[in-house]
Amino acid sequence: MNKGPTYFNIVSVTLGFAFLYLPIILLIVYSFNEGRNVAVWQGWSTKWYGALLEDQAILDAAWVTIRVGLISATASTVLGTLAAITLVRAGRFPGRSLFSGMVSAPLVLPEVILGLSLLLLFVAFDFSRGFWTMTLAHITFTMCYVAVVVQSKLVTFDRTLEEAALDLGSPPVKTFFSITLPLILPAVISGWVLAFTLSLDDLVISSFTTGPGATSLPIKIYSQVRLGVSPEINAACTILIAIVTVGVIIASLQMKRSEMERQRAERLAAAGG
Amino acid sequence: MLVFFFVPFLIVFKISFSQTAIAMPPYTPVFDVLRDSWAMTWSKIGELSTDTYQFLTTDDLYWRSYVNSLVIAFISTCITLLVGYPIAYGMARARTEWRPMLLMMVILPFWTSFLIRVYAWIGILSREGLLNKVLLWLGVIDQPLVILSTTTAVYIGIVYSYLPFMVLPLYSALEKLDGTLLEAAEDLGCPPWKAFWQVTFPLSLPGVIAGCFLVFIPVVGEFVIPDLLGGSTTLMIGRTLWNEFFSNRDWPTASAVAVILLAILIIPIVIFQNQQAKAQERL
Repeated sequence: MNKGPTYFNIVSVTLGFAFLYLPIILLIVYSFNEGRNVAVWQGWSTKWYGALLEDQAILDAAWVTIRVGLISATASTVLGTLAAITLVRAGRFPGRSLFSGMVSAPLVLPEVILGLSLLLLFVAFDFSRGFWTMTLAHITFTMCYVAVVVQSKLVTFDRTLEEAALDLGSPPVKTFFSITLPLILPAVISGWVLAFTLSLDDLVISSFTTGPGATSLPIKIYSQVRLGVSPEINAACTILIAIVTVGVIIASLQMKRSEMERQRAERLAAAGG
Repeated sequence: MLVFFFVPFLIVFKISFSQTAIAMPPYTPVFDVLRDSWAMTWSKIGELSTDTYQFLTTDDLYWRSYVNSLVIAFISTCITLLVGYPIAYGMARARTEWRPMLLMMVILPFWTSFLIRVYAWIGILSREGLLNKVLLWLGVIDQPLVILSTTTAVYIGIVYSYLPFMVLPLYSALEKLDGTLLEAAEDLGCPPWKAFWQVTFPLSLPGVIAGCFLVFIPVVGEFVIPDLLGGSTTLMIGRTLWNEFFSNRDWPTASAVAVILLAILIIPIVIFQNQQAKAQERL
């Protein structure tokens, strides 16, 4: 739309963003509160962050969360990318619509259903529940997000580049790694970041699929929140928010840069040709 | 070429098998699989499987939860649409160079933890919370309102958490809108509000539908928001299932609840996927 924004537009966007961000900002501000009472402001302090660093239970939970996140994000990126390539490239194969439905269903399916059904699956296969079942569950649901992200990139992919490489005698595997993968890499990277952050803050699916000994940070936070609001949890949440925000910003800058590089290369190629 | 296609295929096939079992809850409730042998489990399933469903019909807690979830999901979807539409509209009308930035700002809260964002509202909505303080200070009320642990708090939490899911599809539909159509309507003497209803809104309908499904389906099974913001009186099926599973340790009932929930949701999910497939073909 080429008409400029009206006052109404500006006001509605501003109010909308205020609504989205105010609670998060308040949470961050109150994590620096001196007093124990979360509702009363008593001056700046970082003591809750200190208390957090001494809380072994929370540190353990954070370590579990990070390991699950790293493993599941990496595995789901590989599987999700393969699934996306199959969906975009393979054309019509038997069960294609079923398969594509399966890839997109977990995006909207209530988490309680997914969590429960994954658990029942693990029980049926007699897996002992804990770290690895939680990781497997995370791979399953984050994979779908990766597949969707990579798929949207692949749709706009110029296949003549691959065909040229194949015509020039490059073996398919090499073509994939030297042509296809670098071109879809931004989407793959942002898929990984998305998978990692989703895994980082999943509560419902983790609760269902974990067992004794593997408590993730969201589970820990959740159990503490039920007991009441505490500034220590505010501090933990602030750190999580900071990690995710930095990750997202890096990923988007990365995507922007590679996009610009691609455009520059295209211009150069056009000028040279 | 063979390797290039065959290996992903194999893996994909493997995933697709594991997913069939996952995406649909095994309709066979698990009775002590941990202790019994496979054969025993199977025979037990044959004997007992309808009992849990009969139990569900005898206790009105369950159907009240279902109805309540659907009502809450419906109302909050409508509110989210009303709140989200002006935001998406404003974003789509913003300067082109601002749009990626605005888009980023909508997505960012979506990446930060759901749990954390719901938790942030506890502090705001509580009796000594910020909202009550501001209202008292403004003189709107003279007694602190009880908002936390009511259905109102659940609505606020849902609208807040799911707003990005509504704004993003709306924005992408509105952004593609051809401005010349509106100009044509105006040139032909159409007042702006009428142009909006007759041109803009119908053209943004795919975004409206996608947004509504993206909000409605997950909200029906929502657990975290009603549990943390809603009081004990707020019945939602996600919470009932959770309690059944974790507090009562009644797995068969929990599974039966999940199966029925999935059955209720299967129609909207199928509609949503058809919608998505159509949108992809248009690309």
